[in-house]
Amino acid sequence: MQSIELTATHSAAKDWEEKMKADGVDISACYQCGKCTAGCPMAESMDYTTRQVVRLLQMGLVDEALRSNSIWFCLSCQTCSTRCPKDVDPAKMMEVLRWESQKQGVAAMPNVIIFHKAFLEAVKNNGRLFEVEMTMKNNLRSRDLFNNVDLGPKMMFKGKLQMLPPRIGDNGEVKKLFERVRERRGG
Amino acid sequence: MKIAYYPGCSLETTGIEFHLSTEYCAKKVDLELWEIPSWNCCGASSAHTLDHLLSLALPARNLAIAEKEGLDVAVPCAACYTHFKNVEAEVRQNEEVQQEVAQVIDMDYHATNNTKSILEVFVDQVGLNAIGAEVKKPLEGLKVACYYGCFLVRPPKLGHFDDRTEDPQSMDDLITALGGTPVEWPHKTECCGAGMVTLSPENGLPLSYELLRAAQLCGADCIAAACPMCQMNLDLRQEEIKKKYKADFNLPIYYFTELMALSFGASPKEIGLQKHFVESVSLVAEIGRKETA
Repeated sequence: MQSIELTATHSAAKDWEEKMKADGVDISACYQCGKCTAGCPMAESMDYTTRQVVRLLQMGLVDEALRSNSIWFCLSCQTCSTRCPKDVDPAKMMEVLRWESQKQGVAAMPNVIIFHKAFLEAVKNNGRLFEVEMTMKNNLRSRDLFNNVDLGPKMMFKGKLQMLPPRIGDNGEVKKLFERVRERRGG
Repeated sequence: MKIAYYPGCSLETTGIEFHLSTEYCAKKVDLELWEIPSWNCCGASSAHTLDHLLSLALPARNLAIAEKEGLDVAVPCAACYTHFKNVEAEVRQNEEVQQEVAQVIDMDYHATNNTKSILEVFVDQVGLNAIGAEVKKPLEGLKVACYYGCFLVRPPKLGHFDDRTEDPQSMDDLITALGGTPVEWPHKTECCGAGMVTLSPENGLPLSYELLRAAQLCGADCIAAACPMCQMNLDLRQEEIKKKYKADFNLPIYYFTELMALSFGASPKEIGLQKHFVESVSLVAEIGRKETA
């Protein structure tokens, strides 16, 4: 069995207990029953199960949690948070960990972030999702040019793919909204 | 009855049948859908992953436009619905959030109006009696697995209309009112794999496969969905699932509004049934024959 020096990680555990509390997640309340993992549809894909991610935080092993693929495989289906007998809200915990993981640049699945960025850029530019723009940007940046391109013609044949960007008639309001959010981030 | 209507991006493209059938049904039951002018994307899971404030502001802009008109908002897409509900909750709970959101969207917004799923609007507000009265072609003999997915019922703290979280009944009641037979099955609220089906099929596809398998094992002829993401995963990916798992389910995945429109007398074509990837017209071609014979 691996041994871990816990006195060194004690302060990280305390910090993250507070940090999570600010977002309504009560890490210290968890008594490790594992109900979250039992209901998790993605548990088999994760390097640490949901219960284990909570335990990592309790022990202050934050880096392991931030670098895990678990936080990116989590689909936010909310099953864990619905069933948790201690109301820990593990789904929210995963979300907060995703924010921090990308902030620190340690995401185990960078392609997920590339996808979400391409999605939001397409929304910023058009007010609504323009799938062609999103897919092109996503495939170029993830260096996976042919990812899902077989679906394009299938969609088009069924009249389910718009080739022209949507025009929503908002006088650039949505773009301004994005700008104001960015200004608040100071970036 | 008048309500603001937020179609959401999917209903213009991949889920256009949901839009067509919703509009058809609304007209039949005198439900006026006021489409929010210049509505924008809710930000979906992308905004949630990348930027919390953005994930509040994008839905809020739509809600604020409807609030100005004094209208509640009907949302067909279950994902948009949960994002809207989430903004409502945060704005109501926290004055600082309310002010920050109002500044970012450059509009007044106090969350005095309510987001409603289109299922809720039909079942609770229009009512099953009024809906039953419009049925011209009952779904006789059609066995339907009602699939609610994640966001119509979870997380329960957002206060969903169908609060039987692990075993919701509202869609089952609706199918019964349309003359169909809802089947008992254990996967009503299981996740379809969402974006992971696209991002990493190896990890996401098994979830869609399990859903199809459960529905078939429980004797369903088809699945009724309430979310364009779920519908697309189960319909579009069925061919891939067939190859990978050697399982030929051949299960049509209808939006519940399509089944409602069909029973109201809509032709498959006018609500876009031919746009499905799994052939979905022949299963419902026979409905109502007894009634008209």
